[in-house]
Amino acid sequence: MQLITVAGSPSVGKTSVILRVAELLGRQGLAVGVVKLDSLSTSDDQLYAQKGLPVAVGLAGSICPDHYFVSNIEDCLAWGQRQGLDLLFSESAGLCNRCSPHIQGVMAVCVVDALAGVHTPKKIGPMLRLADLAVITKGDIVSQVEREVFAYQVRLANPGARAFFCNGITGQGASDLAAAIARAAPTHSLEGQRLRFPMPAAVCPYCVGETAIGETHQRGNVKKMRFADQTEVTP
Amino acid sequence: MSAIASLPLDELLIQHSCVRDFIDSLGLEIQESAEPLGIWLDRLPDEDILDAGMERPQILAHAERLIQEVARMEDGSGAGVASLTLIGGRDKNGTPEQARISVRAGEVLCIVGPTGSGKSRLLADIECLAQGDTPTGRRILIDGAVPDEERRTVLDRKLVAQLSQNMNFVVDLGVRDFIGLHAQCRMVAEPEIMVERVIACANDLTGEKFGPETSVTQLSGGQTRALMIADAALLSASPVVLIDEIENAGVDRRRALELLIGGEKIVFISTHDPLLALRGDRRIVIRNGGIAGILETSPEERENLERIERVDATLMEIRERLRRGLRIESPVRWPQ
Ligand SMILES: Nc1nc2c(ncn2[C@@H]2O[C@H](COP(=O)(O)OP(=O)(O)OP(=O)(O)O)[C@@H](O)[C@H]2O)c(=O)[nH]1
Ligand SMILES: [Mg+2]
Ligand SMILES: [Zn+2]
Repeated sequence: MQLITVAGSPSVGKTSVILRVAELLGRQGLAVGVVKLDSLSTSDDQLYAQKGLPVAVGLAGSICPDHYFVSNIEDCLAWGQRQGLDLLFSESAGLCNRCSPHIQGVMAVCVVDALAGVHTPKKIGPMLRLADLAVITKGDIVSQVEREVFAYQVRLANPGARAFFCNGITGQGASDLAAAIARAAPTHSLEGQRLRFPMPAAVCPYCVGETAIGETHQRGNVKKMRFADQTEVTP
Repeated sequence: MSAIASLPLDELLIQHSCVRDFIDSLGLEIQESAEPLGIWLDRLPDEDILDAGMERPQILAHAERLIQEVARMEDGSGAGVASLTLIGGRDKNGTPEQARISVRAGEVLCIVGPTGSGKSRLLADIECLAQGDTPTGRRILIDGAVPDEERRTVLDRKLVAQLSQNMNFVVDLGVRDFIGLHAQCRMVAEPEIMVERVIACANDLTGEKFGPETSVTQLSGGQTRALMIADAALLSASPVVLIDEIENAGVDRRRALELLIGGEKIVFISTHDPLLALRGDRRIVIRNGGIAGILETSPEERENLERIERVDATLMEIRERLRRGLRIESPVRWPQ
């Protein structure tokens, strides 16, 4: 089975792009399924089910959704294998711009939204920089100028990736993307595989339920801001 | 160890500003010195590397690819296209289209037909450089041959640029900064001069002038179209320009076409506007999802075009009077 990790900020068009690509791959006779990992709630499963795609959902709840992703991706893979899938997409929202679900040896897709402004590609962290394919959505509502500048910024942010424009609504551009995705190497097992980059160690007191504000409550992995007007006094 | 690791920082940062931008974007502070990049990275605290979101070897590999990519962009920018050939497929009923049309650089082809007849589909086929892989089965050749994968998929210098009624500027920048950003990514030799030219040309196309400081999101519909067209003609990387309905936007259509032709573009316009349709060299007639015919603009039609243009000019004058708060009372005299 081929595993494809698809990541991107909320509402960039991940589901729309997966649906368009899945339709094309399905027509070629591939059995395609999706696992959707989100933090609190999602209705994406209904969209996938409507198109007849097998779908499983994982909600991270109180845990960092990206950490939750890594803890569960093996089980997702096993689920896909039990469903007899040829190709499994994982859809997850890169919520903190810093975590990234991309795994070494597993095809990694990052979806970015042309509406987000021309400086956005620079600000997206490993999720974009370490992806194999970068997909730009919503090019249909911005100007040609912005499309060209945006594509250029994506290329600078990840010069190793192949970038695509894909309209999540009409599917314009989806066939080139589908062809690239179909060439992904198979993933039989994730045992011992590694993330492309470590996720931040997020164990500060607030991670484990602290609610009180103030120096005395802040033990563990605490990081403090530095202010320019106080640089002399900071050690 | 990659070659870039042994480059001293001062040399690296001066020769490759892209690397400086990249390292800035990682949130790392870098200063010119004689220290090689690899050693500098090794000396950074692990915590900084973790914050940056890339491992040291990933940073090195990324910087190396970046330098190559920028070099490739610099020398790949001039590649023009002499002709585009459209080979017919089939219409909605599966009837084959008897068409093979070649369009040269500097030529304008209009696409006419009732709403919903398939004009946008034809534009979409050209946009994706269809190779029999779209519902219409049409194929597009570039300079007489199937375009290679690389040409089809390189994004920021795509072969085909598109302008349509529902595209808008969304970025919060003034006109000068915005076009400047484009000029910068197109790596033009003298960006400031280019920016002034684009703005002047755009103002030439529209009755309502705008200044270089105006925010692009505040431009009127006509100003927006004018700026898009001027940019497409002068600055866009794409040798092929597709325009989906630009009528009634307060743009001087004749000048707009002249500008695009002067830019040696291959232009396709989907339109119901006689001023555009008759100004093109040929027009494709679309019916029921297929190409029903190709009409060459006849000498009689060109004569009529002149009459229609005079009528249009009269109308424009009336509009201009309205805009200035004047009355429209003297009997309207239509030119013959
Ligand atoms: N105009 C336009 N709209 C798009 C495009 N792609 C997606 N959309 C719209 O953007 C909205 C969000 O799309 P989704 O596919 O649900 O985005 P998502 O990334 O899956 O969102 P989450 O899973 O909730 O994070 C929907 O209303 C889509 O119809 C596009 O290319 N053009
Ligand atoms: Mg979704
Ligand atoms: Zn995170």
